[in-house]
Amino acid sequence: MFSDWPLLSLVIWIPVLGGIVVLVAGSYTNSATARIIALLFSIITFVLSIPLYTDFNTATAAMQFTELSPWITAFKINYHLGIDGISMPLIILTTFMTVIVVIAGWEVIQDRPAQYMAAFLIMAGLMNGVFAALDAALFYVFWEAMLIPMFIAIGVWGGPRRVYATIKFFLYTFFGSVFMLIALLYLRLESGSFSILDFHAFKMDLDVQILIFIAFLLAFAVKVPMWPVHTWLPDAHVEAPTGGSVILAAIMLKLGAYGFLRFSLPITPDASHHLDWLMISLSLIAVVYIGFVALVQQDMKKLIAYSSISHMGFVTLGFFIAWNILDNTGKLDGAAMGMQGAIVQMISHGFISGAMFLVVGVMYDRLHSREISAYGGVVNTMPKFAAFAVLFAMANAGLPGTSGFVGEFMVILSAFKANFWFAFLAGTTLILGAAYTLWMVKRVIFGDVKNENVAKLQDINNREFLFLSILAVMVLLFGVWPAPLIEVMDASVANLLQHMMQSKL
Amino acid sequence: MNFEVPNMMLALPEMFILTMACIILVFDLFVSDNNRVLTYGLAQLTLVGAFFLTLADYSTVTQFTFNNSFIRDPMSDLMKICIYLAAFVVFLYAKDYLRQNKMFKGEFFVLGLFGVLGMMVMVSAHSLLTIYLGLELLSLTLYAMVALKRDSMMASEAAMKYFVLGAIASGMLLYGMSMLYGVTGTLDLAEISQQVPQVKDQILLVFGLVFLMVGVAFKLGAVPFHMWIPDVYHGAPTAVTLYISSAPKIAAFAMLMRLLVDGLYGLHEQWQGILIILAVLSMGIGNIVAIAQTNIKRMFAYSAISHIGFLLLGVLTGTESGFAASLFYVLTYVLMSLGGFGMIILLSREGFEADKLTDFTGLNERSPWYALMMLILIFSMAGVPPFLGFWAKLSVLKEVIASDMVWLAVTAVVFSIIGAFYYLRIIKIMYFDKAEDSSPLVCSVDMRAMITTNGLLVLVIGLFPGDLMALCLSAITTG
Repeated sequence: MFSDWPLLSLVIWIPVLGGIVVLVAGSYTNSATARIIALLFSIITFVLSIPLYTDFNTATAAMQFTELSPWITAFKINYHLGIDGISMPLIILTTFMTVIVVIAGWEVIQDRPAQYMAAFLIMAGLMNGVFAALDAALFYVFWEAMLIPMFIAIGVWGGPRRVYATIKFFLYTFFGSVFMLIALLYLRLESGSFSILDFHAFKMDLDVQILIFIAFLLAFAVKVPMWPVHTWLPDAHVEAPTGGSVILAAIMLKLGAYGFLRFSLPITPDASHHLDWLMISLSLIAVVYIGFVALVQQDMKKLIAYSSISHMGFVTLGFFIAWNILDNTGKLDGAAMGMQGAIVQMISHGFISGAMFLVVGVMYDRLHSREISAYGGVVNTMPKFAAFAVLFAMANAGLPGTSGFVGEFMVILSAFKANFWFAFLAGTTLILGAAYTLWMVKRVIFGDVKNENVAKLQDINNREFLFLSILAVMVLLFGVWPAPLIEVMDASVANLLQHMMQSKL
Repeated sequence: MNFEVPNMMLALPEMFILTMACIILVFDLFVSDNNRVLTYGLAQLTLVGAFFLTLADYSTVTQFTFNNSFIRDPMSDLMKICIYLAAFVVFLYAKDYLRQNKMFKGEFFVLGLFGVLGMMVMVSAHSLLTIYLGLELLSLTLYAMVALKRDSMMASEAAMKYFVLGAIASGMLLYGMSMLYGVTGTLDLAEISQQVPQVKDQILLVFGLVFLMVGVAFKLGAVPFHMWIPDVYHGAPTAVTLYISSAPKIAAFAMLMRLLVDGLYGLHEQWQGILIILAVLSMGIGNIVAIAQTNIKRMFAYSAISHIGFLLLGVLTGTESGFAASLFYVLTYVLMSLGGFGMIILLSREGFEADKLTDFTGLNERSPWYALMMLILIFSMAGVPPFLGFWAKLSVLKEVIASDMVWLAVTAVVFSIIGAFYYLRIIKIMYFDKAEDSSPLVCSVDMRAMITTNGLLVLVIGLFPGDLMALCLSAITTG
């Protein structure tokens, strides 16, 4: 029934429109109305994104729900939207997390709540745009425009060092992106079109491919973020308001990984193959080294931020071991599993890291401290909360039965087919991840009540229970039954591997 | 020798502006200070009239008159229309400011109109003499306007600096022109361009070119001939800065196009090198030095220098689409610059000039709407999509890459990253800092409406830049 609706346009523009309405409502009515309008718009967007899943044809790798109309004819730029099995789950993740963020910011944000809600709604629309864009210029517009609301969100509602953190965030991302712009313009001039699908079919020399790959890498590596361009992330996470951290971790980091899937791998497969050693090394450094860095953090948000970088290392590892696996086994099955594992990891990390930041946010709202040492024995005063916290911590550590396990397991398994040492190093995350997460849980949640502040803590209210339990359900659901997720991406991943294995010299 | 009566109709808008400027000059003498708004209204009506005169007769072909020293082509018409619009907005923004500063006299508007006339002559010039005529008419009015607030030390200093440096630049320009004339034996640009390949003494020609470029670079404010820009922007009354930073950029760009493309295209290889140096230096110095500024007018001055660097990138490609991209860039820049200085005027009030960065502190608390407008303008200047400034940068970069100068495009984007920092600082001041000054904004309704239109135009044209781009392209390619 939805087949003739422009669903993708709706999930992009309804939240943007909602943001404008909330802004207007915020200046003429009280903030309660603005909140309700924001919630309404976020739920409408989420509901509209569900048919993208139910009406999705899993048998094909072709773009679905496509919309195409000329936009800027002078530049030959089209308003071209479409999704495949890789971008569809990410769009639903975005619309879902936006609802969570709106609920999570409900009473917490007292300073200009309408602007807060508007920033997140507009951001959601723009991020959906990034995932749905099939025109490179349109992609770039969404990609950069999204920085503006995030910049404002961190800067206005952030912590004490928010200005430093948000300017660092903006400049890092802007720095990476402009090189991508040059690469896109080059591709446009050589191929005569801005369509990403035309780029996929375009052939280039290896040295040109390498330059373009590096330009893309600068943009996407900053966003993922990969070691050594990750330093903006801990700062941004620590200073951002809870909602900002959630969106950053759950969606924005995925944009970088998505960029690899949509641009680097299919457009410059030979350069990717040529430089896969570099990507694998950077990924493994992220997994192992950043894992150790996470271990020594004193600040809970910083710890989760480093844990995010480490987990995203798995994602990039899953992408770039494909050639090694093919060389060793001669078959694409292992490569497909690595790729799927990486994408599952993206989605699962979206839920888990979002949940972890919300957990920290719940505590921060009460004690206004993120220091691990300020807490201890929270379970005694907040038992319901402690149950959630432990569950999400287990998921973050990759415990079987939670969604965190599925992706990591698939990536490690396929890494074995590439090289034993890759798998070995990647596998250390199971130990490291468990160590830093559970050690934090031990110090914060368990033990005796540490001080009188903790003794006075109130357990979570219904609103907090609501969003934590929804996330808990998602984490467990994808942990025991990831099949639907893997099913929708199957054809698209196979198609992507086809592109990667075909030389485009 | 037979004498032909030139086709006066082609210069009808110029003659209209000249007549009206003279009438307003006399009319203003008989108007009391209380009714000064009549002078303002008449000046605005003049611009509207000229707008329709030009629009009604919008060229589709190239026509010459006055012995080929005057050209009327689509490019000149498009530029003139934009000059009227810019001047209209300038007068509107300036009205409140002049009132607050007890400068609401007829001179501003009369001089402004003469300046518009000078720009129109520059835009339509097709001989070295006409170019110089238009340029001097514009420059002299600008010198006078900067000194309009004669009791202000800073304004007088700025005017003096502007005058002396401007005179040197004009001298350079004239010297270059005399060399060209000496080599080619003509002042007509079309004849010069025919002569260029046949000239034996290329050295003299290139020397002439270099002196011409010095003059043009000075008028544009490209590094290393930019010294006057920060001082004049800072010292002049904000209303005058607003004027200098907007329409004259279009005229200076027109002068560049007439000289280099209509006249000296045969020397493309030579002037391309010069322009590359000017562009890279302008983007570099402009963006880096802007970071250190605390006065927003000075900061916009350095930002203007960096934008000029970007503008030159399109011209130096030497292709029609490159020129179109630069035309698009200059129009975009004028729109953003109008908005930026308009915001400074909006925040100013009697006895208080909001020209320091800190005067924008906490604007989001004082007035979320105008903070949003400023946010749009600033992000547009920084080149962040979806605002108009992004498309301007994109079109210029695309042409640079199309001319196989990827390294130049990379240099340009690196400098624009550096530039992003000081733009972000304005946003930071407006949004992240707490307001110290909670006094409400005072300004007239038309000013509010215009600022809003200005900001929204940057957004809306940014979402649909196709038509403006197509217009620029057709202005360059047809005729």
